[in-house]
Amino acid sequence: MVKAFNVPQADETAEEDLKIIGKPFRRVDGRAKVTGQTRFADDVHFPRTAYVKLVRSTVPHARIRNIDFSGALAMHGVLGTLTGDELPEPFGIMPVSEDEHALAIDTVRFVGDPLAAIVAVSEDIAHAAALAVKVEYELLPTISNFDDALATPEPQIHDYADDGNIHKKVSLKFGDVEQGFDDADLILEDNFFYEGSNHLALEQHSCLALTEDDDRVTVYSSTQCPHYVHRALAKTLDIPGSRIRVIACSNGGAFGGKSDPFNHEIVVAKLALKLGRPVKITLTREEVFYCHRGRHPVQMHLKTGFRKDGTMTSQHLRTTLDGGAFGSYGVASTYYTGALQTTTYKLPNYWFEGARAFTNKPPCGPKRGHGTPQPRFGYEIQLDKAAHVLGIDPAELRLRNLVEPNTITSNWLRIGTIGLKECIDAVVKGSGWKKRYGKLPEGRGLGLACSAYMTGAGLPIYWNHMPQSGVQIQLDRSGNVAVFCGETEIGQGSDSVLAAVVAEVLGIDLKDIRLCVGDTDLTPVDLGSYSSRVTLMVGLAAKQAAERARDKIARAVGEHMELPQEALVFADGQVFPAHDPDKGIAFNEAVVIAESRFGTLGTTGSYIPPRAPGRFRGAGVGPSPTYSYSASVIEVEVDSGTGLYDVQKIWMAHDIGRAINPVLALGQIEGSIYMGLGEAVMEEQAFRRLPKRLSPALVHKMPSMLEYKSPGFHDMPEIVSYMIETNDERGPYGAKEAGQGPLLPIMPALANALFDAVGVRVDQVPIHPEMVLKALHEKQNGREARVGPHKFPDIDYGEPLIVRTPEQGGDGRATDDPKSKRKGLRSASGTMKERDDALKEKSSATLTTD
Amino acid sequence: MPSAQNGNGAGIPQGMTAAVLTVNDDMYPVVFPTHHTLLEVLREECKLTGTKHGCELGECGACAVLVDGEPVFSCLQITTDVIGKSIQTVEGMQNGNDLHPLQETFADLGAAQCGYCTPGILMVAEALLAKETEPDDEQITEALSGNICRCTGYNRIIEAVKWAAAKRRGDDWRPDEALFMGSEIPR
Ligand code: FES
Ligand code: FES
Repeated sequence: MVKAFNVPQADETAEEDLKIIGKPFRRVDGRAKVTGQTRFADDVHFPRTAYVKLVRSTVPHARIRNIDFSGALAMHGVLGTLTGDELPEPFGIMPVSEDEHALAIDTVRFVGDPLAAIVAVSEDIAHAAALAVKVEYELLPTISNFDDALATPEPQIHDYADDGNIHKKVSLKFGDVEQGFDDADLILEDNFFYEGSNHLALEQHSCLALTEDDDRVTVYSSTQCPHYVHRALAKTLDIPGSRIRVIACSNGGAFGGKSDPFNHEIVVAKLALKLGRPVKITLTREEVFYCHRGRHPVQMHLKTGFRKDGTMTSQHLRTTLDGGAFGSYGVASTYYTGALQTTTYKLPNYWFEGARAFTNKPPCGPKRGHGTPQPRFGYEIQLDKAAHVLGIDPAELRLRNLVEPNTITSNWLRIGTIGLKECIDAVVKGSGWKKRYGKLPEGRGLGLACSAYMTGAGLPIYWNHMPQSGVQIQLDRSGNVAVFCGETEIGQGSDSVLAAVVAEVLGIDLKDIRLCVGDTDLTPVDLGSYSSRVTLMVGLAAKQAAERARDKIARAVGEHMELPQEALVFADGQVFPAHDPDKGIAFNEAVVIAESRFGTLGTTGSYIPPRAPGRFRGAGVGPSPTYSYSASVIEVEVDSGTGLYDVQKIWMAHDIGRAINPVLALGQIEGSIYMGLGEAVMEEQAFRRLPKRLSPALVHKMPSMLEYKSPGFHDMPEIVSYMIETNDERGPYGAKEAGQGPLLPIMPALANALFDAVGVRVDQVPIHPEMVLKALHEKQNGREARVGPHKFPDIDYGEPLIVRTPEQGGDGRATDDPKSKRKGLRSASGTMKERDDALKEKSSATLTTD
Repeated sequence: MPSAQNGNGAGIPQGMTAAVLTVNDDMYPVVFPTHHTLLEVLREECKLTGTKHGCELGECGACAVLVDGEPVFSCLQITTDVIGKSIQTVEGMQNGNDLHPLQETFADLGAAQCGYCTPGILMVAEALLAKETEPDDEQITEALSGNICRCTGYNRIIEAVKWAAAKRRGDDWRPDEALFMGSEIPR
């Protein structure tokens, strides 16, 4: 009836009239962060707290013969001890590799592996008592890296491994790879190596547990994933999840290093339940290096076919991952070293083979970029090499290969919007590439590289059909809006995204929003702050909940004003008719009208990613609602006398979809650049061992912040960041991720810049000056001007899973049943438990179908 | 007035010290193990948890506080040596309920992401601004060279310090718009 005026559509508002989204605003937790009020896990204090120290293995691989606590127990103030037999239930982030115990049972697997805990009235006493514990070991052979693991199938570090000490093997073949190579005019084959690195979050992991009722325990922790910790605690403590409360405190940086459930969390919860008093642990920096879960060291062999015009015909990528002592996210990491290779440039045919080994070192896991920076490093260098051989500008070569928007890749990933062309254009123009690339004086150079990253993993860690993100909104008569969500603030600004989306929809001030986040008792599940999922998934869940709240209020107010609800606009803390803004009422009055009409007001919102088109085993790793894109140019100056180089300037363009808060988004981009630069130039989680015949020792080379080099204030070059907005309809207000993607191009762009500067290739990171110098010497002596691995291990990856590509008319399924060709445990699937059960009856038909 | 009791007297056990610390101009009567660092005493006895730790070995700067106006890594500072001195921590930075200019610019420019390095960096920056009204990039870098931040990539912190210095001088200089909206995309 009242149609005379423009009925505002929700989307129109989204496009045109945004008050908060897209504008720089002070993060909602900003004041707390600069006043010291943010409560990190170690800032939580309760009276009567007891302190835990873990007794960690001093040897890399051994059976535990005996643990003697007598010295420790004799100390005044020691309250108790704990060993693995009291926590027999295994855990692990992935259902296929639940291979950890809170405290080692029988076997220790790396220097730093926790095998017992001491709890005492003070940290000092716990520490002294832990040192007094005597452990007798029976040493086992030390497996120090991937090649060792390959050569040493026995003793197995874990008996569920695919093959000896090879934890996981993957072989996925999309399209006609051989034909693709036959069609190529140029085939390049290269070996690359990417060293492991630690997240080095500034905050050391900390955890406090206390009991309230008879059998309820509350755990405060520095975790990125309270939901997964909640599940792990329920499993290992063997009490219902409904009696466990996990509160994720704001993390003092995480970068993937706090996304596993950890031994120490389980231990303090168990001890709190035993002692009936608060129990706390805060790790030392050295212990953080033992928790690790950092970047996997990866060897790569990359073979790619090119036509004369630079387009690609086929690629075969082989990777090895040095996984450390436990599964962690490693199965996913393995797939990730291959999965995103197709998302930037068209690869009609693609074969990926990956293998992860168990080694006697702290477990590797997800670090910013999870498994994808390593192959991206190799890929972008190889493209640079191809451009030189073919005489095509490296930027042009990439532009010729770009993936089209809204297509499906050869490995069945659905691509949404893609702003990579705009990204490349921006950094090419910004850096003066066309005039300067290849033309700068000797010793100075430019390098370019690109990348893509997921905006949230398409699948949860454990199989389920529930939302990956949930938000609840409660409206108060005062106009205060309480927003409940399981998301975890790790510094990336997720609280601000959540608040901004709700405030935008309801047209209220950010200050009128109260957040309650990361608390498994009070907030609906969000899976956690990993895989760059929060902005998109929490954002969309929040948007749905807020829109439902807005609609409810609009209905009541509409009835009250005798207007259709569509006629009402929510903005500036007012609810008013679009055609007559002066007739508005304050938001809190609108809430009163709605509460009078409907009773207590609350709404919910959920988000589940769209189903991915791939149907083959392994298709679960790689899909995402949409992908972000980045391109970077790095300018470098090299001193050819010493090999020392100076990164002078970095241009970065990032397809962010839309920046919810540009200041925070830029912070994510710059932080990624910084972390990428650290990995490119200096960071390494390296180990030292003596000759095998002398000693089994395998120790961390540098478990301190001083020795583990990371960039400081003086190491940062000037950064120019461009945000490319592609407004992806799959993200909230068009947003994609920004926290991981921009890390990826940095390492290859640096390597490419060094080549432009002095004509040498360094095919590994970190790139130390002596490598540049060595390559320069090789060049002077007429040898290949290159430093990098010369060989790649000989691995049987097993029969590949054959998947026809969309272009070939495939349906997303594997064309042959792998079980018919694969032998032994390789073909086992299902959960750890199922595999374990199957192992027990070795001849079980579920394992071997030959 | 400096006051300390170590062991044996007035019921203080051997190895413990009783003292009154002056932190942010407030008096804190504390009893602590004599070997404990200022970091430990601030966090555990005074419950001033704004001061952070990332290494407890003098390698990260997260624990920086001011002692008589000079930046000190509190994890390396034996507490008994600062009894009677004026200790400043992040909790004392605000002016009433108003933020200090450094706190404002760090919050507005995104120079604090996780915020864990922030208290230490704020204290070191505060000491710098007390001496230099218009520090340049080099001076700021020099002053903060002992502080690690894993989130921001540092450049924003330098700009935030300059912005705060400008605010203090009553100068309306502010960081380049590119730090708020990204650089203009070249066409
Ligand atoms: S905690 Fe003091 S310098 Fe790191
Ligand atoms: S803001 Fe996280 S370490 Fe600096």
